[in-house]
Amino acid sequence: MTAPLDAPGSDLGPGILIAERPGIPIVGRSLGQIAWMRLKRDKVALAGGLVVILLILVAIFAPLIVKVLGQDPTQFNSDMIDPATLVPKGGTGIGPDHLFGVEPVNGRDIFSRVVYGARISLLIAFLATVLSVVIGTLLGVTAGYFGGIVDSIISKTMDVFLAFPILVFAIALAGVIPDTAFGLSGDTLRVSLLIFIIGFFNWPYIGRIIRGQTLSLREREFVDAARSLGARGPYIIFREMLPNLVAPILIYATLLIPTNVLFEAALSFLGVGVRPPTPTWGGMLSDAVRFYTVPHFMFFPGMAIFITVLAFNLFGDGLRDALDPKAR
Amino acid sequence: MSEPLLSVQGLEKHFPVTKGLLQRQVAAVKAVDGVSFEVRKGETLGLVGESGCGKTTTGRLITRLIEPTGGKIVFEGNDITHMSQGKMRPLRRDVQMIFQDPYSSLNPRHTVGAIVGAPFRIQGIKTEQGVKKAVQDILELVGLNPEHYNRYPHEFSGGQRQRIGIARTLALKPKLIIADEPVSALDVSIQAQVVNLLEDLQNELDLTYVVIAHDLSVVRHISDRVAVMYLGKLVELADRKSLYESPMHPYTNALLSAVPIPDPKRRVERERIRLQGDVPSPLNPPPACRFHTRCWKAQEICKTVEPPLQKLAPGHEVACHFPENAPAAAAEAAPAAV
Repeated sequence: MTAPLDAPGSDLGPGILIAERPGIPIVGRSLGQIAWMRLKRDKVALAGGLVVILLILVAIFAPLIVKVLGQDPTQFNSDMIDPATLVPKGGTGIGPDHLFGVEPVNGRDIFSRVVYGARISLLIAFLATVLSVVIGTLLGVTAGYFGGIVDSIISKTMDVFLAFPILVFAIALAGVIPDTAFGLSGDTLRVSLLIFIIGFFNWPYIGRIIRGQTLSLREREFVDAARSLGARGPYIIFREMLPNLVAPILIYATLLIPTNVLFEAALSFLGVGVRPPTPTWGGMLSDAVRFYTVPHFMFFPGMAIFITVLAFNLFGDGLRDALDPKAR
Repeated sequence: MSEPLLSVQGLEKHFPVTKGLLQRQVAAVKAVDGVSFEVRKGETLGLVGESGCGKTTTGRLITRLIEPTGGKIVFEGNDITHMSQGKMRPLRRDVQMIFQDPYSSLNPRHTVGAIVGAPFRIQGIKTEQGVKKAVQDILELVGLNPEHYNRYPHEFSGGQRQRIGIARTLALKPKLIIADEPVSALDVSIQAQVVNLLEDLQNELDLTYVVIAHDLSVVRHISDRVAVMYLGKLVELADRKSLYESPMHPYTNALLSAVPIPDPKRRVERERIRLQGDVPSPLNPPPACRFHTRCWKAQEICKTVEPPLQKLAPGHEVACHFPENAPAAAAEAAPAAV
């Protein structure tokens, strides 16, 4: 009871004792640094992350890669095709010029098409995720923080969105929208449309998670402490709550990307995605269905989707374990 | 006797219980139901009672974290009962709160510097040598190393965290501090340190405390006066000495007899009062005297007439028809006064 207040070691945790030995400066570790240390130990997640980075680089430098190999993704190579069967000569056409072989019928280079397909796929998946995360976070925080009637309205809206037949809607919308609309045309219009459809209908998933997290954060005493200091709503939401929501937002964004890759592929497969001849993975799969005797045509875009989705999922799971070790 | 810094009159908080689609109110939880007391400048008022008796709600009402249903809160002559949050802002510098759980009251994503510096930022206060210097001075004041400025709460022990919370409370040099169970989440050895820190700070900075606690020994150590609450009402309010040595309300007696005595010989000598049953639900509290369902002295009058809080000895108020330890004249006067 009469112990001096700052007696060394009397009131200190074990980790702090080590740090405060004379000569060793005090180094505080933020939660982010601790998460990074945990992530570094998770080799599977790191491998996933590496593949993700590689995919992003491939998408960004697609024109460069294709130029180096000298194959244009939309160029026909009729000389590679056996005119009788429409199948590439020798079965696949795989060789030093065409790493993944060529397509049946018109002989386009599959490797350069897969590389270019990564652009469309990742661009749509990323931007749609950003859209979902922004809408979901804003509405989720609003619902959770204000509660009451605001919460009721937003939660019911989420239910409506979740019940919405998005695939049917996407197909219908893609059919109705002309080639030129909203001042956009061609691929730009198609890509924007897909981002909007995928992003706008996926926000309730992340919105619900953020709402739940906000509800529990709101009851924490540090929010009361800020209020008792006279903090207003925006301060509490942006300074007190949002830093605590970064982890779930990051995790679910990473896990939403592969879902969106799959969704984009599905829409392209159904022919309502980006129009040919722009290469997309889903579109290539759709073409390949007619040529099941030429399995390499289906194999490479399929593997591209598979590896992308797997890499993002592994990385996202590792990120969750690193950022939120309690939520296993 | 100096003028009261804080005066609470007939304070009420009823939480509505709603049902159905239209949110029809079907009942109310009377968490605080007509509490009156005054806090004088420089003193420490202890607020004790069982779990769920409304102590914490009272604290939150005074700091205006929740809106009172009825009654009046006057701070330094200003009626702050229903003051808007905007008008309340400057006054918040003067009334601050220490929270119960040091693991929940510090934002895990902020550094100690950001947490203790938040009051300056929120209130828009400029300090002469910058916020960092001011924060480090406060950290030193509460017995923490100023070099901890850039560390995160998870790097500290419970006692240190509570010191960080106290540092934040002190940042704006408040006049009144509501301490809601300031030590109940801490180890007993650390409790003593924090209680002593609170006392030292009171002497140094001329603070006034309202300490909410359920630990009677902590309250005895720190308080000048003690208020006992039961089911949303004050049952006894007295100087520390007279409350602990001659409690008048049967409930206070029962509470005090439940305090463990570390000496087995003395323990045998003491008569222990065991209360029967549970605390009744504040949804449907017993009529008149709320303690009559568990009181061994209860008679017919206790079920029909509510005993008012009245002064039976100097500085000793009690709400009971049949008080114990009361001066003879007062004891006779009490039932007649009803």
